[in-house]
Amino acid sequence: MQGDIVLTMRGICKAFPGVRALHNVDFTLRAGEVHALMGENGAGKSTLIKVLTGVYGKDAGVISIGGREVAIRSPQEAQKAGISTVYQEITLCPNLTVAENMFIGRDNSILVPWRKRAKRAGEILSGLGIPARPNQQLGSCSLAVQQMVAIARAVDMDCKVLILDEPTSSLDDKEVEMLFGLMRDLKARGVGIIFVTHFLEQVYAVSDRITVLRNGELVGEYEVEHLPQVELVAKMMGKELQGLSELQRDDGPEDEDSVPVYEAEQLASSSGIAPFNFAIRKGEVNGFTGLLGSGRSESVRAIFGADRVSGGTVHMDGKTVRIRSPKQAMKHGIGYLPEDRKDDGIIADLSVRENIILAMQVMRGFFRPISRAEQEKFADEYIRALEIKTASAETPVGSLSGGNQQKVILARWLLTHPDYLILDEPTRGIDVGTKTEIQRLVRKLAEEGMSVTFISSEIEEMLRTCSRLIVMRDRRIVGQLRGSELTQDNVMRTIAGGEG
Amino acid sequence: MAELMKKTKKANKKNLGGYAQLLVPLLSILLIVVFNLFRDPSFFSVTTTTNNLGNTVLAGNLISILNSASELAIIAMGMTLVTAACGGQDISVGALATIAGSVFVKILRGGEITIGSIVVGFLACCAVAMLFGAFNGTLVSVFRIQPMIATLVLFTCGRSIAYWINGGATPTISSPLITALGSFIPGCPIPTPIIIVAVMAVLLALLFRFTTLGLYTQTVGVNQRAARLNGISPLVMKLVSFMLLGVCCAVAGCIGVSRLSLINHETMLLEIEMDAILAVAIGGNALGGGKFKVSGSVLGAYAIQALTTTLYAMKVPSTDVKAYKAVVIILIVIISSPVVKQAASRLWAKTRRLTAAKAGKEVSA
Repeated sequence: MQGDIVLTMRGICKAFPGVRALHNVDFTLRAGEVHALMGENGAGKSTLIKVLTGVYGKDAGVISIGGREVAIRSPQEAQKAGISTVYQEITLCPNLTVAENMFIGRDNSILVPWRKRAKRAGEILSGLGIPARPNQQLGSCSLAVQQMVAIARAVDMDCKVLILDEPTSSLDDKEVEMLFGLMRDLKARGVGIIFVTHFLEQVYAVSDRITVLRNGELVGEYEVEHLPQVELVAKMMGKELQGLSELQRDDGPEDEDSVPVYEAEQLASSSGIAPFNFAIRKGEVNGFTGLLGSGRSESVRAIFGADRVSGGTVHMDGKTVRIRSPKQAMKHGIGYLPEDRKDDGIIADLSVRENIILAMQVMRGFFRPISRAEQEKFADEYIRALEIKTASAETPVGSLSGGNQQKVILARWLLTHPDYLILDEPTRGIDVGTKTEIQRLVRKLAEEGMSVTFISSEIEEMLRTCSRLIVMRDRRIVGQLRGSELTQDNVMRTIAGGEG
Repeated sequence: MAELMKKTKKANKKNLGGYAQLLVPLLSILLIVVFNLFRDPSFFSVTTTTNNLGNTVLAGNLISILNSASELAIIAMGMTLVTAACGGQDISVGALATIAGSVFVKILRGGEITIGSIVVGFLACCAVAMLFGAFNGTLVSVFRIQPMIATLVLFTCGRSIAYWINGGATPTISSPLITALGSFIPGCPIPTPIIIVAVMAVLLALLFRFTTLGLYTQTVGVNQRAARLNGISPLVMKLVSFMLLGVCCAVAGCIGVSRLSLINHETMLLEIEMDAILAVAIGGNALGGGKFKVSGSVLGAYAIQALTTTLYAMKVPSTDVKAYKAVVIILIVIISSPVVKQAASRLWAKTRRLTAAKAGKEVSA
């Protein structure tokens, strides 16, 4: 089934100002294999794909296809070299027909023999078993079928290397199975497929080989059979497995006499995570952990009402409450520092002062503005308390560094004195000093009685900060760890799932 | 030395604050003023005359500019809010003001004109204008249609609606009370529209002072998603901005009707939407939404009117005025463009460095 090497990338380097995105990375793809490219956020997966497809130029390294060195300077050249990419978002035209989409942009003749093409498209589609008619409008097909049409288009362009970048993110189980069927079919035809995904189970369902990247460097290339899930997780996170202590899945003794500050039963939202139960007690710091895309952010967004909440009951201090929007959550004393600082957090053009008082102002209400003098007092107080480095309280927050922007948003929520504070990746992309400051702050807040849910991609940080970890995989909660169970090994095993 | 420079830099930033954006409208007004003073030193002299009702009133080009710009200034206030919240402009303001004026006329023609009936008429046309504003606002916020396309609907049909309300081609309302609204209140030398602008400005200032309208509007304009996550509804804020613009249109419509004591559905406040958008732009407000200063737009409105009045005073034929206006507007828009602004601030920094270096030399010498 697996044949000759179709693609090799050797010693690929790529740097962006201030960041070394790829350093000396090797990658080998054989004909007729599905090769999973794995890595956490910032590992360099996307950069490697973009170098391969000519979106970025490489600083150093050699790419050869079929044994011949090639220079790929643009996506068009990549296509000519036989490299096709199908992205998570469909990049075809939904208002054209399936056949039109399959042939558009491939030749520039003015007179187009559409009837012939429709016939050809029909042959390709039925050959690959794709349930779409050539004259059907693409937009009327399901997302999975649209994706398969995109793949069919790529295959018909005589591609030797097919890159599938997160193709399953918006598909349901049945559609994923359909896509896998197509992938196996293509494999049999000798196409080499690079499969980028963050769903562990899917990697093991279709892949033959796995290449793991971390921090822009190659960790290694492995045969799927020889790499148990737990070791894959360990390699992605850059940890060694130490000892093989037995994994305990029970929740351990619960502190039954205190009523949880926040408790949710079967909470569900529009983001596609499985309904979940969750509780946090006064002064507790817990965390959601899991790989990227495992649903940890979606869970806290459901708690805060940031995504459309579609079911479940919520109790706060024992009373049933209704939280359907961020405003309701705020009224019940919940604060939320979002994962995406730039798009969801800061109001870039407004001043540090305005950004700090925003949430408190909203809680006071539209007709009770905080006086300018008071605003300045609050702003100065928190700029000093959190040591926010800014020229003045009137500086637009967008001109601050990432870490200081994060502190401004933190100040915004601390000012509202929430009972329950959710911090989603508060330490991402900020310097080490600020990181430890924020971790220490979280601990201090908990000692003062605040409940905190903390999310971080860095496992040590989670272990240092949290007294209970909720582990997620593939958009559902798969385990809880507390007390003595909180070790890196345990966390990674739970993330990876039963075996290994 | 470096410490000192840092300090002055900081202080400078603080002093200018958000007022830096008023530089362009003030500069444009200054330009027009200086030009006129050279051309005719008596251009801005204010005199008192007795009008045909026997009142002593102020007259002169300055008064005429302030007076004629009233409707534009008021609509520009509302337009600033819509621009800030939605990142787009309402092009139906002229049509909406005409509808409001038509409602005003309809109610006043229903009976004897008293202060009471004027108040009722005004409130009614405010309500109608807010309703239409809510219609525009719903299209923009709920259905997420681009503001310019959403308001194209009312822009197209507004004057027809205004016509249906009253029927006749140019229905008139004549009463000393209406004359007082449109020109002078007996005993007061200042034209009433100028007073109404002042009242609107004060009301708006109070609104900003006693509510969080300003902060919320800017938050929504800068970052909708973050606004929602902080409990501010972008939907509501956009709707509110359009309804407030509706009120502004109603006031402008009432002034327009009162000036002439009649309403001409076809020509009333024709093409004022373009001037209003221009006023917002000249006022240094980003047409893509976000931070805003209403005072800038009002200054922009006066700059536009000053330009028009100047051109008329220069005996430019009315058919040519628009062409000349366009030339000056190109100048103003280029001055306020980011390219020129950046170049200016670079130049500013350079001269500051030079003078600072010079001062340093003198000190060391």
